[in-house]
Amino acid sequence: MTAAISVSGLVKTFGPTRALDGLDLTVREGEVHGFLGPNGAGKSTTIRVLLGLLRADAGTAILLGGDPWRDAAALHRRLAYVPGDVSLWPNLTGGEVIDLLGRLRGGLNEKRRKVLLDRFELDPRKKGRTYSKGNRQKVALVAALASDVELLILDEPTSGLDPLMEAVFQEAVNEERGRRTVLLSSHILAEVEALCDRVSIIRNGRTVESGTLADLRHLTRTSVSAELAGAPNGLASLAGVHDLVVEGQRVKFEVDTDHLDGALRALVSSGVRTLTSQPPTLEELFLRHYEDELPKVTS
Amino acid sequence: MTGTLALVRLALRRDRLLIPVWVLGLVGITLSTASAMYELYGTEALRQQLGVTAGSNPAFLAMLGPIYDYTTIGGILAWRWGVFGGLLTALMAMFLVTRHTRAEEETGRLELIGSTVTGRHAPLAAAVLVAALASLLIGVFVALGLIGLGEDAAGSFALGLAFAGAGWVFTGVGAVAAQLTESARTANAIAGGVLGASYLLRAVGDAAGDQGPQWLTWLSPLGWLELVKAFAGDRWWVLGLSLVMAVVLVGVAAVLVARRDLTAGLLPTRLGPARAPASLGSAFGLAWRLQRGMLLGWTLSLFVLGAVYGAVARAVEDMLKANPALEKVMSQLGGAGAIVDVYLASILGIIGLFSAIYVVQATLRLRVEESDFRAEPVLATSVRRVSWVGSHLVFATLGVVVVLAAAGLGAGLVHGARVGDVGGQVARLVGSALAHVPAVWVVAGIALLLFGLVPKLASVSWAFLVVFLVLGQLGPLLELDQWAMDLSPFTHIPKVPGADPTATPLVWLTVVALAFAVVGIGAFRRRDIG
Repeated sequence: MTAAISVSGLVKTFGPTRALDGLDLTVREGEVHGFLGPNGAGKSTTIRVLLGLLRADAGTAILLGGDPWRDAAALHRRLAYVPGDVSLWPNLTGGEVIDLLGRLRGGLNEKRRKVLLDRFELDPRKKGRTYSKGNRQKVALVAALASDVELLILDEPTSGLDPLMEAVFQEAVNEERGRRTVLLSSHILAEVEALCDRVSIIRNGRTVESGTLADLRHLTRTSVSAELAGAPNGLASLAGVHDLVVEGQRVKFEVDTDHLDGALRALVSSGVRTLTSQPPTLEELFLRHYEDELPKVTS
Repeated sequence: MTGTLALVRLALRRDRLLIPVWVLGLVGITLSTASAMYELYGTEALRQQLGVTAGSNPAFLAMLGPIYDYTTIGGILAWRWGVFGGLLTALMAMFLVTRHTRAEEETGRLELIGSTVTGRHAPLAAAVLVAALASLLIGVFVALGLIGLGEDAAGSFALGLAFAGAGWVFTGVGAVAAQLTESARTANAIAGGVLGASYLLRAVGDAAGDQGPQWLTWLSPLGWLELVKAFAGDRWWVLGLSLVMAVVLVGVAAVLVARRDLTAGLLPTRLGPARAPASLGSAFGLAWRLQRGMLLGWTLSLFVLGAVYGAVARAVEDMLKANPALEKVMSQLGGAGAIVDVYLASILGIIGLFSAIYVVQATLRLRVEESDFRAEPVLATSVRRVSWVGSHLVFATLGVVVVLAAAGLGAGLVHGARVGDVGGQVARLVGSALAHVPAVWVVAGIALLLFGLVPKLASVSWAFLVVFLVLGQLGPLLELDQWAMDLSPFTHIPKVPGADPTATPLVWLTVVALAFAVVGIGAFRRRDIG
């Protein structure tokens, strides 16, 4: 499979700050790729390097087979970008901005433009200065999604959208799956879980994890709670079982996903009456990677 | 009004550099001009001579106003610098008010403040207080400085407070303008338009002569500044006019605040088209959309300014004809025609400097687009960096040709109609106005150079323009060395019409401008956006 975006060892410094510190990222053609990280991790900086707006200090970046800095204008014909904080011209209407950006990219799909305006419930006749943050975001989204391009680069595109519009956005991206490549930066885990085929997690300008959601789940724990027929048996000594709580015949524990099999055998040997298991969420994955950054809770 | 004092403190904290720079800068220019005059007009005879030549010259009348007392340095200063000092004080007051009202509202910061314990009128009251106070400071410092130089105390305070009065009136104008529209830029444009009209009204009134509409000066807040007659009778009650006008305008603004919603303007916002016109489909189309209003405004304004100045040119000739002795002297110096040409050349010089303001605005639009994050989405499309810069630069470089041609056309039409040679004068004055284009291009080049190399300091371009203005207007008065004068590109423009129109300096200025532009654009191509 060919890569739409392939980045390795990317370094970008701003004065004393090292915003990107050897970042790697591979986005395959046709996939929806989640780009996760806390605020300030370097997501927007990476995207701006990929757009040729910033010049990397070291490392290589290949975008759609070209050099994002040297071939910027030619590559930009084939992609559409939605910034995290959309700023519109105060005197231009939303509809004018959508048309303008579409034409500057090299084409707009009229039918999709109409459908998207409808679905996002956006009035294109309003002037830029009168739109709310969410509506400015919608203008940029409609312009990007209606453009005839092969790659969509979306930088935290749903910040400011209400839940209803977030659902509309997810639906729209789902329709793009397979037809275009999407790089979706986000810190909203539910959104990435719902949309993305593969995920890269970055932190302090470095990639810490990359793979399919299934791959990454191997690194995580499944929570299990069960009501047993008899006393639990040997669970406590089992490898990979954590946080075991036993209340009579009810047990609750977490288990490393690759030790799930052994844990279930132990349960079955005691006789299982009810069983609920929760697959690992990205939330947990995220927390585990960043837990040393979370403020220590003291009682 | 609750919270006004807290907001005043906030404004003073934010402007802890801006206000001192304005106040000290203005006071400094005023006092150094006064000191230079002790050299220039040190003797009674020199002052007498100035009074005779300047007092009845319509060109001076239109540019600077009448000279009421030429026996004291204070009186000469009030004439030479009064209107301009008042104009700059007014400009400061107007910017301060819109900056702390509409600009805050537009960016949404006022909403944060509005949700705390502050009264509905507090932001307006705070902005008005800050601007009025800064204006008063200028007035008091100017007065104290002049007294320190040995001028009459009453006259010094009359002139200082006349400056402050102009500041107060335009505090009010800015306050009202800030209520009318949703954008601070438009509010500044409205208030600036009123300021420009005030200058023109008094120019026409002052130059009108006994038979003409001299009463026009009474309609202009800048005219009141002259009518105070500082050092020549000190008519204090005229200061009262400024004060009353300021109070009325602030009152109007306060009523308007109470009647509208936060962030809304009084002028209604209409819905626009749902589709972009065919012209809005390229970097140039976008630049045209963003720049055309400013270009149109400047073209019309300078056309009117050219026409007003052109209307006065004939009066220069009449004055000479009314005084046969003077005409004889003048004809030995090159004839009445030559004097008119000197006048026309000097007003075209001022117009050339004005057009440089347009050029800096048009060029720095690039930086505004960049720092407001609107360049990024455009540069993330197939638009090349060079095309994007070029699309705006066309308006700076060719726009100024249009603006200056309009000024020359205005002057040529009116002056030509009065001397009965429209075709000839239009051609001559349009040509002479366009001679300033290369100097203005150098200013555009400087702005572009800063934008490319040190984008965060791009607005330093304004400082260059102020230096050029001071060199051109006050340089001869301050008797600066030629090398210092030569730093300004405008020094090198031949004084046309009249002087020998040599092309060499124009070519050199164009080459310098081009070199700046090439380096600036080259640096921009290689730097980070943002």
